[in-house]
Amino acid sequence: MEYMPNFQLHRPATAEEAVKMRSDNAAALYVAGGTDLIVNVRRGIEQPENLIDLSAIEELKSVTKDKDGLHIGAGVTLKEVAENENILGKYQAVAEAAAAVAGITHQQYGTIGGNLCLDTRCLYYNQSEWWRQSNDYCLKERGDIGHVASGGKRCFAAFSGDVAPALLIFEAEVDLVGPEGSRRIPLVELYQNDGLDHLTLKPDELLTAVHLPKALAGCPSRYEKTRIRGSIDFPLAGAAVRLKMKAKKVNDFAIALTGVNPYPQIVKGTDDYIGNAFDDESLDKLRDNVRKQAKPMKTTTVAPWYRRRVIGALARRLTEELAG
Amino acid sequence: MSEKRNISLLHCTVNGKERDDVVKDNLLLADYLREEIGLTGTKIGCDGGECGCCTVLIDGVPQHACLRLAATCQDAEIETIEALAEQNRLSALQRGFHEKLGTQCGFCTPGMIMAAEGLLRENPNPNEDEIRQGLAANICRCTGYIKIIEAVQFAVDELDSKGKAA
Repeated sequence: MEYMPNFQLHRPATAEEAVKMRSDNAAALYVAGGTDLIVNVRRGIEQPENLIDLSAIEELKSVTKDKDGLHIGAGVTLKEVAENENILGKYQAVAEAAAAVAGITHQQYGTIGGNLCLDTRCLYYNQSEWWRQSNDYCLKERGDIGHVASGGKRCFAAFSGDVAPALLIFEAEVDLVGPEGSRRIPLVELYQNDGLDHLTLKPDELLTAVHLPKALAGCPSRYEKTRIRGSIDFPLAGAAVRLKMKAKKVNDFAIALTGVNPYPQIVKGTDDYIGNAFDDESLDKLRDNVRKQAKPMKTTTVAPWYRRRVIGALARRLTEELAG
Repeated sequence: MSEKRNISLLHCTVNGKERDDVVKDNLLLADYLREEIGLTGTKIGCDGGECGCCTVLIDGVPQHACLRLAATCQDAEIETIEALAEQNRLSALQRGFHEKLGTQCGFCTPGMIMAAEGLLRENPNPNEDEIRQGLAANICRCTGYIKIIEAVQFAVDELDSKGKAA
């Protein structure tokens, strides 16, 4: 049996109760499916004194549709997202991204909220206790040197959630519930470019729902990722593309990336293509533009130069497919 | 729930038998099954959700027992490999793994069979792609997977012909 810290488990029945438990208890963490967090707890990366299990909160487990669009509870499993008839085809990249998370077993209890709040990952961080100890730990955990880039003053651990880029291209918003009440922000504002602290969530806040706007439902989109093992891994690089053509010209176009930066990133400059048709030259230019904006660092066993090549190729291929 | 000792009272059903146990909050389901109940059919391979050896069914859905805290299985119905044989007769899936040599060292087999069991309950007639997809989170280092897929197909065919006979 591996080391498990001694923590107290809490099982709130409502989101409000969960937030209260979090603010009442020192060193508390939320856990949803646990497919990532429990691994980190077992490795001693996280050492919570209190663990707040969200799996008993029924109000977070439904998908509803109304005149504004689609509302997905944070506790909805990735498998349900991948198979939901209001997401398939309508927000296709979101369904494809959910179906690409880890393996099928993880998708059956891993949640969309958990995937959005996934901790950043790194070769020097997601390791066993003895491995990290023999390396003097790292900037992100207990140590004071970052091993990824020379100087060691910055953490480049990569955001590796699959669903976030797919939601970003659909301009999704998220609900955050805290002790002072609830607020709704664009998903893009949930993240910042810092491997140590990539979420802008306040300490007690809980992400409770994702909203997809009705205006973009049905807009053609795709998500694809490259990983070491096709059946199960985190993305080495992942791209989500949404592209609407009108009379063979670009009408609406968005790309977002994952796995290549500490935060899921919207590619800049896609608006420049609006009103133009795609040809080989402009697709190559798009590929190079994506490569320039992605900044993969040595956070995986696979070299950064390869991931930079791959992310450009993925974005180009998906765009070409969607352009028809 | 005790405030200080970090323990929970767990009520659940394991392989059809209702149980009430006092468990530590940090006890993993895999250790609860193996160490507390003595059901050692569920294996622990990687400790990180990568290998699938610890797959069990929780309320009919395949999940990793090494990533699930026992105390979060309140009122859940848990099924392990030990639940499959009926009256000393192997289940169709178990027979498939036996007949088609889907097992070599055997360490991944309980997880493979439980993942396949979950798949067949949801989709009783999967094609090869669907079988591969259903077992995607389970790793086998011996067989090269072909024999495992044949084993599941054997069970599908057997259950199918039984269904027709009935």
